[in-house]
Amino acid sequence: MTGAGRGASVSLSNLERRYDRVAAVAGVSLDILSGEFLTLLGPSGSGKSTTLMMIAGFETPTGGDIAIDGKSVVAMPPYRRNIGMVFQNYALFPHLTAADNIGFPLKQRGVGKAEREKLVREALALMQLPDHGERYPRQLSGGQQQRVALARAIVFKPRLLLMDEPLGALDKQLRENLQLEMRRLHAELGITFIYVTHDQEEALTMSDRIAVMNGGLVAQVGRPEDLYDRPGSRFVASFLGESNFLPAIVRGVEDDIVVAECEGSIVRALCPGRPATGEKVMLTTRPERIRFADGAFASTAPQNRLSVTVTEAVFAGERCRYMLQARDGTAMVLKEPSSAAIRRRAVGERTEIAWSVADTILV
Amino acid sequence: MSEGVEIRFEGLAAGRQSGVRLPWRLSWRPVMPLLLAAPLLLFMLVFYALPVLSMLMRSVNDPSWTLSHYASLPGDTVFLKVFSNTLYTSLTVTAGALLLGYPVALSLVRAPRYAPLILFLVLLPFWTSVLVRSYAWMVLLGRHGLINEALLAAGMIDRPLRILNTPLATQIAMVHILLPYMVLPIANALRQIDPSLARAASGLGATPWATFRQITLPLSMPGVAAGVLLVFVLALGFYITPAMVGGTREITLSMLIAQQVDQLNWAYAATLSVLLLATALAIIAVFYRLPGVGHTLRASAR
Repeated sequence: MTGAGRGASVSLSNLERRYDRVAAVAGVSLDILSGEFLTLLGPSGSGKSTTLMMIAGFETPTGGDIAIDGKSVVAMPPYRRNIGMVFQNYALFPHLTAADNIGFPLKQRGVGKAEREKLVREALALMQLPDHGERYPRQLSGGQQQRVALARAIVFKPRLLLMDEPLGALDKQLRENLQLEMRRLHAELGITFIYVTHDQEEALTMSDRIAVMNGGLVAQVGRPEDLYDRPGSRFVASFLGESNFLPAIVRGVEDDIVVAECEGSIVRALCPGRPATGEKVMLTTRPERIRFADGAFASTAPQNRLSVTVTEAVFAGERCRYMLQARDGTAMVLKEPSSAAIRRRAVGERTEIAWSVADTILV
Repeated sequence: MSEGVEIRFEGLAAGRQSGVRLPWRLSWRPVMPLLLAAPLLLFMLVFYALPVLSMLMRSVNDPSWTLSHYASLPGDTVFLKVFSNTLYTSLTVTAGALLLGYPVALSLVRAPRYAPLILFLVLLPFWTSVLVRSYAWMVLLGRHGLINEALLAAGMIDRPLRILNTPLATQIAMVHILLPYMVLPIANALRQIDPSLARAASGLGATPWATFRQITLPLSMPGVAAGVLLVFVLALGFYITPAMVGGTREITLSMLIAQQVDQLNWAYAATLSVLLLATALAIIAVFYRLPGVGHTLRASAR
């Protein structure tokens, strides 16, 4: 892939980073397209930050290759890679003003003073901080420091921007505002963003694609809705959102639908492969996609049904959350949008639940 | 005794809890730790502060109350020469210690694997008396010392260089002895710099040299100032080393003071001592006002 657009393309092939015997990154292959917003999502220790540090050049791979716009950069020091980077703790230079922090990358590139001042002013305006140029980092709030760090990372117009949990230290409200701002910025600049986070909601909200990482490997790559609707593994299903897991035994395969026996009922699930009859498998479904099915319930879509007992009922404002138990003891969660018109279920109540076959995945 | 102590500490305790009106009675809790230091304070008062003070007083009350000892200093050519020589020696020693010490401090912080060894080597001089170290330099720098013998053997010189009993000898020995006072505050300041700053600079396009020049060096300046202050002030009052390895013509203020005491010229010695003390205090006062210096000094004392 060549750099046709404004954003750089990044290609990781079999990338590896070992410390003594332990592999922090154990062979990651990933193609990031020009202009894409890709998020590396995973729990701590999954290798997402190490992968990012290798792309930036702060960590040296012990194996594999990193190519930016088709050219290997493994042997290139970080200061020649021309990549914008935002750190978790912002890493603003405490002895320089906000304007000098933003001007720093321009100064390194030999941009003249007048031109530098103009670009810094533009960057400050873009970040909605036009009057904060003369302040020192310690005189700025967390959100303002974050914006200065972002301005500093893009002022020299890199074609690739790396971000390492940049919103981790901010409170929820501010974080949500900045998430939207990042999306806007991404659309405006048209450059490639690689974003590292452990926050699945953040990843789902902002990304074009998400690469879920676990144990130094990429567990699954895809668009947010694809990952959420069709998780490829138990890990992805439980890490990205909440999931119910139902043990089942395969009874047959109809086209791309698996027919399985679960809790004494027949359940159907989507499955990419062809499991053998009699195989023990795990089915998964999302709590908000299950409905109580004992009242006036009708659906034209193919449904799965189970008999359950309510073991816990929690009212959480916008929705009710029920803990259920199937006949042989498997625990499930059901989330129902709250409404004064819907009867709340009591603990101990026996009832039926139903959900779409399309929302049932074999993992 | 306890009555007097009570009243004095009353005010101290009340002052700590500003805004709270304490009843007119004793709060012992903040006082106890201070009492622990009382024996030492008393010892210092009787055996150090009072004698020093009475000695310094001789500059204004010997033979009777007068300022004439000070008034004659500006026209005293011996004093002026010695004073300027002292300042010059301190300056060159400070510059030498800075040039040699900064890289050592940097390696101490940047090479954590070797830090214990480097620290051991830096602190080694602390565990030997100044007298022994000065004698060692006499052996090294002498006419038939190791350095001259080595240079002669290598054929680089025809006859021994005169190093011992020159200002150069004083400077070399003093740099060696004072080096730890330069290295430790700088290393401490360097250690406090967030390592992600250097990474950020590199990621933003700064070469390693540019990162050092624009990020590391400015952020370590409080440590540099603290080290310069310590070395300069200590060098001002150095006596044993210049007396042993230095020349007899290029003497320092402390040597002059010692000479005057030997000749029982107490008033002149006291005047010079006050001047030395005032110079040191003035320099400390100026440096302490620089941002971050006080903090770094306190931190490196830990």
